[in-house]
Order: sequence, then C-alpha cells, then structure tokens
Amino acid sequence: MSAVGPAIGQVAVLVGALAVAVPLLGRHLAHVYTSPKHLAVERASYRVLRVDPDADQHWRTYSMSVLGFSLVGVLALYAIGRLQEHLPLSLGFAALPADGAWNTAVSFVTNTNWQWYSGESTVGHLMQMSGLTVQNFVSAAVGMAVAAAFARGLARNLAGGRVGNFWADLVRTVLRVLLPIALVAAVVLVLLGVVQNLLEPQVVHTLTGGTQSITGGPVASQEAIKELGTNGGGFYNANSAHPFENPKPFTDLFEVFLLLVIPFSMAWAFGIIVGDKRQGGAIMAVMALLWGGAVALLTWAEMAAPGTAPQLAGGAMEGKEVRFGEAASALFASSTTGTSTGAVNAMHDSLTAPGGGVAMFNMMLGEIAPGGVGSGLYGMLMLAILTVFLAGLMVGRTPEYLGKKIGQREIWLVGSYILATPVLVLVGIAVAITAADGLAGLQEAGPHGLSEALYAVTSASNNNGSAFGGLTSGTPFWNTLLGLCMLFGRFLPMVLVIALAGRFAAAHHLPPSAGTLPTHQPLFVALLTGVALVVVGLTFVPVLVLGPIAESLS
Amino acid sequence: MNTHHPAPVRRTFGSQLREALPGALRKLDPRELVHAPVMLVVEAGAVFTTVASVVSPSTMGIGVTIWLWLTVLFGTLAESVAEGRGKAQAASLRSLQQETPARRRRPDGSIEQVASTALKAGDVVVVEAGERIPGDGDVVEGVASVDESAVTGESAPVIRESGGDRSAVTGGTVVLSDQIVVRITSEPGHSFVDRMIALVEGSERQRTPNEVALNILLAFLTIIFVVVVGSLYYVADYSGAHQSWIVLVALLVCLIPTTIGALLSAIGIAGMDRLVRRNVLAMSGRAVEAAGDVDVLLLDKTGTITYGNRQASELLPLHGVAGGEMARAALLSSLADETPEGRSIVTLVHRLHSDLEESGAGGTLVEFSATTRMSGIDLPDRVIRKGAASAVAQWVRSTGAPESETSDRELSVLVDGVSASGGTPLVVAEQTDGGPARVLGVIHLKDVVKQGIRERFADMRAMGIRTVMITGDNAVTARAIAEEAGVDDFLAEATPEDKMALIRQEQHGGRLVAMCGDGTNDAPALAQADVGVAMNTGTMAAKEAGNMVDLDSDPTKLIDVVEIGKQLLITRGALTTFSVANDVAKYFAILPAMFVVAFPELDVLNVMQLSSPESAILSAVVFNALIIVALIPLSLRGVKYRPSSAVDLLRRNILVYGVGGLIAPFLGIKLLDLVISQIPGV
Repeated sequence: MSAVGPAIGQVAVLVGALAVAVPLLGRHLAHVYTSPKHLAVERASYRVLRVDPDADQHWRTYSMSVLGFSLVGVLALYAIGRLQEHLPLSLGFAALPADGAWNTAVSFVTNTNWQWYSGESTVGHLMQMSGLTVQNFVSAAVGMAVAAAFARGLARNLAGGRVGNFWADLVRTVLRVLLPIALVAAVVLVLLGVVQNLLEPQVVHTLTGGTQSITGGPVASQEAIKELGTNGGGFYNANSAHPFENPKPFTDLFEVFLLLVIPFSMAWAFGIIVGDKRQGGAIMAVMALLWGGAVALLTWAEMAAPGTAPQLAGGAMEGKEVRFGEAASALFASSTTGTSTGAVNAMHDSLTAPGGGVAMFNMMLGEIAPGGVGSGLYGMLMLAILTVFLAGLMVGRTPEYLGKKIGQREIWLVGSYILATPVLVLVGIAVAITAADGLAGLQEAGPHGLSEALYAVTSASNNNGSAFGGLTSGTPFWNTLLGLCMLFGRFLPMVLVIALAGRFAAAHHLPPSAGTLPTHQPLFVALLTGVALVVVGLTFVPVLVLGPIAESLS
Repeated sequence: MNTHHPAPVRRTFGSQLREALPGALRKLDPRELVHAPVMLVVEAGAVFTTVASVVSPSTMGIGVTIWLWLTVLFGTLAESVAEGRGKAQAASLRSLQQETPARRRRPDGSIEQVASTALKAGDVVVVEAGERIPGDGDVVEGVASVDESAVTGESAPVIRESGGDRSAVTGGTVVLSDQIVVRITSEPGHSFVDRMIALVEGSERQRTPNEVALNILLAFLTIIFVVVVGSLYYVADYSGAHQSWIVLVALLVCLIPTTIGALLSAIGIAGMDRLVRRNVLAMSGRAVEAAGDVDVLLLDKTGTITYGNRQASELLPLHGVAGGEMARAALLSSLADETPEGRSIVTLVHRLHSDLEESGAGGTLVEFSATTRMSGIDLPDRVIRKGAASAVAQWVRSTGAPESETSDRELSVLVDGVSASGGTPLVVAEQTDGGPARVLGVIHLKDVVKQGIRERFADMRAMGIRTVMITGDNAVTARAIAEEAGVDDFLAEATPEDKMALIRQEQHGGRLVAMCGDGTNDAPALAQADVGVAMNTGTMAAKEAGNMVDLDSDPTKLIDVVEIGKQLLITRGALTTFSVANDVAKYFAILPAMFVVAFPELDVLNVMQLSSPESAILSAVVFNALIIVALIPLSLRGVKYRPSSAVDLLRRNILVYGVGGLIAPFLGIKLLDLVISQIPGV
C-alpha cells in the first residue's frame, strides 16, 4: 500500500487552505490589535470588568494585568476542582485531590492543558465548560495579547514604555477572533459527526451482552477551541484519537488546520502592525520551514519504520488510529508539538523512536514552529532578536531589529528568555529521574523511560500539554513538578517579553539604510532557522542522545 | 597628510607572545577574569580538574587539566598581546610627563616658580623659547612656534597664538621661538597626554556598550551550558552511562563560547589601537562603536572634499582670439604670481602648450589689491590684467576700447557658464603699445575635488551612510561641487548654528551623525554629534567637546574612523558566529565518546571516526584551546573589510565564519586525534 500520495496530498490541501486563510485572518488580527474603536458588547464587558480600555498601559501595568488575571483564573479553577462534588453538573465525580487541582488549574490557565486525569471519568460538565473551556478561550487570548503588545512595542516610537491595553486585547481577542471562529468550527465539527450534548452518560448494551457507560457532552464546542487556541486539552482521555472528538480523516485535517491557522496568522498580523509585511513574511517563512521539516521527518520516521510488522502494515501502526493512518498521525503529531497544542490523534509513546524525538525536539525549540497562539510569535521574535545580536554585528553596526537598538538591557531580557525554558526542562528532568517518586511514574526503563520523563517535562515547560503516554503522571510528585514547570514556563517568558516590549516602545525608531541588516530576506530566514536549531536545539542534544537518539539507533 | 608615528618595529607574532606572557600570567587572577565570565568558568573548571587529577591521577585527567589551563592562558595572552602594542607608544608619551619647572604669574603680575605638577586649572604661566609647556591650556597672549612632534609625530613646528582657532597647546610640547602666556585648562593627572597614555595602554579602557551586551549574552549561554552539563550528570547516571566530572567539565568548556569569550577584550583593545595607529585618539570606546553606526557624515568642503585652493582648469578664449595668444597672456600675467591660483595657471598653460616659453623678464608685477580686484604684469610693450569680470571690463573701457555688444555678450556667456558650474571666472585682458585694451578670454578657476574622494563617497553610500558637504560657498557653487564630488547633500552658506540645527534634525530622525571640526565655534556641534572628531590643531574647547582627536588634523580621517568602527564590530560578530557554530562539531566528537560504552550503537554518530573516546575528548579540548591562539592575529588585525552593503557583508561573513565555523572543527579535531591517539595511555 503506497501511502506517499495521500501523505503529500493532505499536506497540500492543508497548505492550500492556510494560504487562503492566513492573509485574511492576519489582516483581521492586525486590525483587532490596533483599531481604536470598541464594539458595543465590548464596552459592556469593560464596564463589567471596571476597566478603561483606552488607557495605554505601561509595560509594568500590562504585565501586572496579565499576571493578576491569570492568578484569578488559577484560583477559580482550583476552587472548582476542589469543590466539584458540591457543585451542579458534576456527573457525580468526586473532588480533585489538592495536587491534581493545582496541576489542572495551572495547566489550563497556562494554555498547556496537560491532563493527568481522564476527562470523561474525572471532571464533570461544569468544570469542563465553565472552567476548562473558558480558560481555553482566555488563556489563548492572554498569549495573543502579549504577542500583540510585543508587536506594538516594536512598532512604536518614543512611546515611553507604553504597550497598549491588556483588557482591550483580551476582550477583543475573545469576542472578535476566538468566539466567532470557534463557533463556526464547532458547527462544522458537529456537521461532520462530532458529539455535542449535555446528557448524562448513556448506558448501552454491547454485542457481547455487557453494558457500557458512554459519556457524551459538549465535545464539539470544546474541540473547536481546543485546536484553535492551541490548548490541546481533550474532552476524552484519548483526545483527538477518540472517535467522538475526531471521527474521520476530514475532521482530522480540519483540526490540524484549526491549530495552525492562528499561529501563522499572528506572524502575518505582526508584519502589518510593524508596517512591513515582509517582516511578518520572514517570520512566517522560518515557522513554515521548521514545521515543514518536522512534518517531513516525522512522516518519514513513521512510514519507513523498520521491523516486519510495520513494513507489513505500511508503517508503524501500533498506537495509531486506523481511521487516520501513520501519515495523518505524523502530520498531527508534528503540528500539535510545533504549536504548543498538545492535542493528539495518536499516542506519542507509540511513535517510532526518531518520530518521538522529532516531536520532542519540536517542543524543545521553544514552541516556535509555528508555536502557540501568540507565544509562537513572541518566541520566534525573541530568537530573531538573538539572531540579530549574534550575527548582526557582521554588517558592521551595533545590532538593531526593526529600527530598535539591542543594547545591554535588551540582551538581559532576551538572554533570560532563552535561559528560562531550557533550565526548567533540564532541571526538571534531572529531578524527575533522580527522585524515587519520579522514577516510579515511568513505565519503562532505559532510553524509552528517559524519553517518557523528558517528554513530560518538555511538554509542561513549553506549555504544550501533549503526553508521551506510558508515564503515570497523576501522582503528587509529577503533578507538583509539572505544575511548576508549566507555571514558570508560561509566565516567566511572558513577563520578559512584555518588559522588552516596553523597552522597545520607549526607544527611538531608527530608520533603515543600506547599512542595516535586512531582516526580511531569505538570508535572514536561513540565519534565524540556523540559530533556532543550533543555539536552542543544541542545548538539548545531550539528553536527546541518551533518550530517543540512543533508542533510534538500537 | 602628515607623517605617522614611527611604526612600532615589526615583531614576529611569536616574539609578541613571549613579551606578553608575564602580563598574561598576571591576568589569570580570578579577580581580573571577572570581566570575562566565560573564561572565569573555564578557570574554575581547570581548578576543579587539577584537584581531581591530583586526587586520582589519570592520563586523561592530566591532559584535560593542562589544556584547560592553556585555554585560560591563551585568552589572557590575547588581551596581553593587544595591550602590548600600545606600550611602546605610551613609553614615548610618558617622557613628556617629566616634571618641569613652571613660571606661574600671580594675579598681581609677579612671577613665581612652581613645579608643573602643582599647576591647577585656571593658573596662568609664561613660557619662553626652549621651554617645555607645563600643562594643557590656551594661549592668552602672544604667538609662538611650538614643536609638537612628541604628541603628533609631525616634525614641522606649528604656530600657536592667542585668540582664534589655534590657541590650544598641549603640556609637554616645546616652545621653539618667542614667548607665550598660557592659561592652564587641565587638572594635574588629567591632561591630554595622561588620557592618551591611558588610552594607548588600554589600562583605563572602558568596555564599550556593545561589548558589555555581548558579554552578558555570552554569560547567559555559559549558564545554559552549565545547566546542560549539570543535568547530564544525572541523566547519564540514570542511563547507566556514568560520567566522571572531568569529562563533563571538558564537555562544558568545549560548549561554552570560549573562542569569543577569550578574544572579546583583545578585539576591543585592538580596535582602539587601529585608531591610534592612524593618529586618532578616541576619548571613549562608545565613540568607536558609534562610528560603526554612523548614518550621516558632515564633511567640511575645504580640505576634506576639495584641496582647499582653487586651481585653473580651463582656458576659454573669446571668438577671434587664438588659443596660443590667450595662453601666452595668461602665462605672462601669472609668472611672478606666487598665489596658489597663479601657480596653477602656469601649470595649466605649460600642460596645454608645452612649447610656450616666456620668461616675462623686464616686467613689473602688479599685485592683486582689493580696490582694483585685478593683478597682472606691466611689460615694456604691453600690459596684461586678469581679475574679476566687472573689474577687468571697467579697466578695458578706461583704456578707450570701443563698446562691442557681441564680444560683451560672448564674454558674459562664458563668465556665467563658469560661475554656474561652481567655478570662479578670471577674465584676461591685454593692452598692446598703449592702444585700447581688449579682452582675450576667461580662465576657469575651480575648486578641485580631491582624487578618489568620489569613490569613497560611493563606498559610503553602499554602506548606507549619507554624506553632507558643509560649505560657506553660495548654493550655486556648492551644488556644482557637491555634484562633482558625489556627496548626497550639501549645506551652503553654513554658519555654526546651521550645522548644529542640521545635526539636531538628523538626530531627531533617529540617525547618528559624525563630523569633524576645529574651531571654538565648532565645539557645540562637536559635542552634539555622536562622533565628533576634533582636529589637533584646533582649540582646546573643540578638543574637549569632541570624542575623538585627530593628531594629523586631517578631516578626511572621518571616513577611516567610520571604517575602523565597522571593522571592530564585524570582527566581534564574526568570531561570535564562529564560536557558536563550532559547537556542532564538538558535539559529534564528545557525545559519542562519552556514551559509546553504554550505548555501542552511538558509534554511528562518531562521524569523524576518532580513534578512542579519550582521544576524542582530548582532541576537542585541545582544538578548543588552539583555535584561540590561531585567531589572535585575526582579532588584532580585524577581519577583512571592504565597504559594501549590509547584505553583501553579511553573506560573505556568514559564509566564511558561520559555515567555516561549522566545518573547521571537524577537520581540526580529526587532525588532532591522529596525533593524540599516538600518545600511549590515551
């Protein structure tokens, strides 16, 4: 069975759809983040929130707003989790344990959506809808708001550290971007057969005469925002491998489209906001290059898997949904790890060793290919600034990006940013495999066990949320460790990004000349890709060698 | 251009290293290394492996230890070599600092003898021929010729006089004639020469902003790799591939950016040194970096773009006048004319008519005067005059020449043509045997644009730098010269205020401006400009205001300064890129070596086919150390720099230092492995 044709075909369809959607959505996003006008419904929201949407916030105020808003989210989710049994629509599920509630609260607020539990057997409809689904919208919106603030910071000239209004960004993102698209997407998904109801679990009689309780629920609505907001937290434990979430190849491709469309569009919007579409194009090109490379590598790894059984099946089919096959699984896996989504349509534990390595490396790059909604853009921009600083000197000028000089303060912030996530991952993995409680969670020994643990800390620290499987993570040790990874992995970089946005907004905008390093040309695209791979990627090579690489070569 | 400082005796690189060694060893002091965090980490690693090797000696441990110490030493050696280059110059400058007796004038006019070191700013001293000027200051009375060769390297004495733009004197220079009264402007220990010594020695070198920023980034990269290697210890343990800390330290040192970390400060010192060699003193490192960033160059026309004197470029005879006739008259009238214009006419005529031989003997020279606005010669048989058109026309009419509308119109066409092209028309007329005089033609005097300047401006444009010519000429003349010289813009009939306004306006648009100047009225603009190069002949006020001083007082130097600034930054960037790119190969050398025992399948990654794990690790460490030495000459010399656009520069440098940095260590480590694997026990 030759699956190469369909494998290329689905990517072609996907790329075609994105090519149409990204410029449209990008233009819309740019308008959303720069327009001075408010909608009536937005004015009402601001009155409820008691905020002034026209106040141009200083970066400190902006970051306090982000942190404050997120803190409230964590506390609310924690409370709902802990009090679940006393709340309506709980489906009779018990309260979550303290570590579990902490992990879940952090997980959804940080847009990670790591799930230590099985959705259908642990949390009720109230937690799913009011807690998790709301966070699916607002945590995504927070990421996009921060990226918008960063883009505005770069675009402004001598604006005294003011980067815009968080509340306006937040409300607009939800009302003008996420809700309408999610609504349309949910309707499409329902039409394609995704479940959507508020019924009690149905008890059905199986062919063998037994009974089975099947949990339905508001699946399609959560599914849409799960992908769109690069959240990834599935209604069901099996996530997008579950037939109620992802019934057929077309829904599968549609879901991949949903999770890629905003991250790429943010890059397009960035170009418009800074007044030079080519800059957005260059950023998008690097994202596309890394994403395309990952898709190609992962697809190859899965389809060319060695061994008798995989060859007979036309690829490594173990752990993958037969509805989709290995090519669609590879496409989904590389897109979900490249976007910090973490939804899965196949168990990543069952990816071939090199395939799992690619998925992991995708996250280790810092979620920039094309990254989470918002976080992908600012992550890539941080690397762009790093690139300008490292290589930009070679044109004989002190480094500048988009007319903003990169001096000592700026490099402090960028340096801290690129330091943050690797430290979380590497310290996390060292702790996990040293502590007995950590080791207890591993299903296997040797390189594969290392991969399980490494995948978990990488996924959490980069706010991806996909799980490798095999790891029993619902223990106090893992819930606490991963919760910390998620929390710091989200907000530490965010504050650094907003601070840098403030620095840039306050700075003089220098006009470009023939002597300025051009950051929109193929040369820069190649350079930025190289820096992402060498500077960020190389950090993880030693641990990858002992995990997936050792496993691949054996 | 003046003579430069006597070039330091060319020494071999080897002997430079030998001389720098004591200084390099002193710099191993951790307190000295704090400013180079990367090297501090290497030194800490070296201390660690030393202790480990003493506790449990192994060939590998000793090998790694030796080479880690060498890595640190090579770094300090680079800095020491860079500093050594300025030492000789500092020594000659120091000779100026010997204490001299000074004659201080009290407020009541009486004179007292004090030591030069006791002089304070504001003191007034009297200096006579043969005496050393006791401190920096301005001449307030008198005029004298001064020997400044010790500071500038220029042997011809210069005139220093009170008032005007030539009043500044430097302490330590010698008055050759006459007597001057000098008001001291510097406090003891803060004189111009003191600052020069500190600069050329690099002792008071302040790290430049970009250098500090790069150091911060290198520190971050170092921390990341410390975490990488630290966590690897535990991960390796888990994987059943226990690693000794010696091996991990070796890995760490190979991964952190030691190449650029070791050479960074040498690059900065060498950049300042390159300026010093061109007789430019940068008063702050910031200025050198700013020079690389300059967007707009303000250049004075006279002396920078043109030679400063107008020269005859063309003879334009009127209709009916033979070319030879006109040439002969022009020549005769200029033979005894010693002005530069006059001499240039003689040169031109000889070039055009090499057969013309006139001695002009027996004639009386009529010098130019402001009232007649003409000069010329009275010969026995004829009178020749040359001068401004209106003055000559008046003279011609005064001799009774008939009015001729056609020749008048023709003359005015020629005169206007020359004026419009930015030149100065000089009309030549001749009166033979007392008859009525007649106009022969027009000599075109023009400001001659320096050779090669147009090409340099084209280079500047390619680099994205806009050149603006500043001139006191009117707009017509200015435009013509601007076009000929190829500057992008000009400021005609410029006053110091106009200059200041232009700088402000450019800076407001976010551009960095460089200029040079000498007079007191240039001082505000020099201070305002991002790079202000003061001429050494200028006033103390100008020298204080600028952030660079050109000892040769050559305004064209501004362009060199920009190029040196760029070269400094490019060298820094190139070596950083090289350093980071090196990591890829080192991973391929060390990681398989570390883990091949536990995971034999990892031998596939040993793409260089290194002979043994020990040899592989040692080869990487040795390569890492030797590459520093190999790159010292480059860091001192600066990478090759050709003015071109940012894109071209980037493409070329990425190819050489980025791609080269990826490939070079593969070759280097393989070669070292071939040697090292021969050592028994490795």
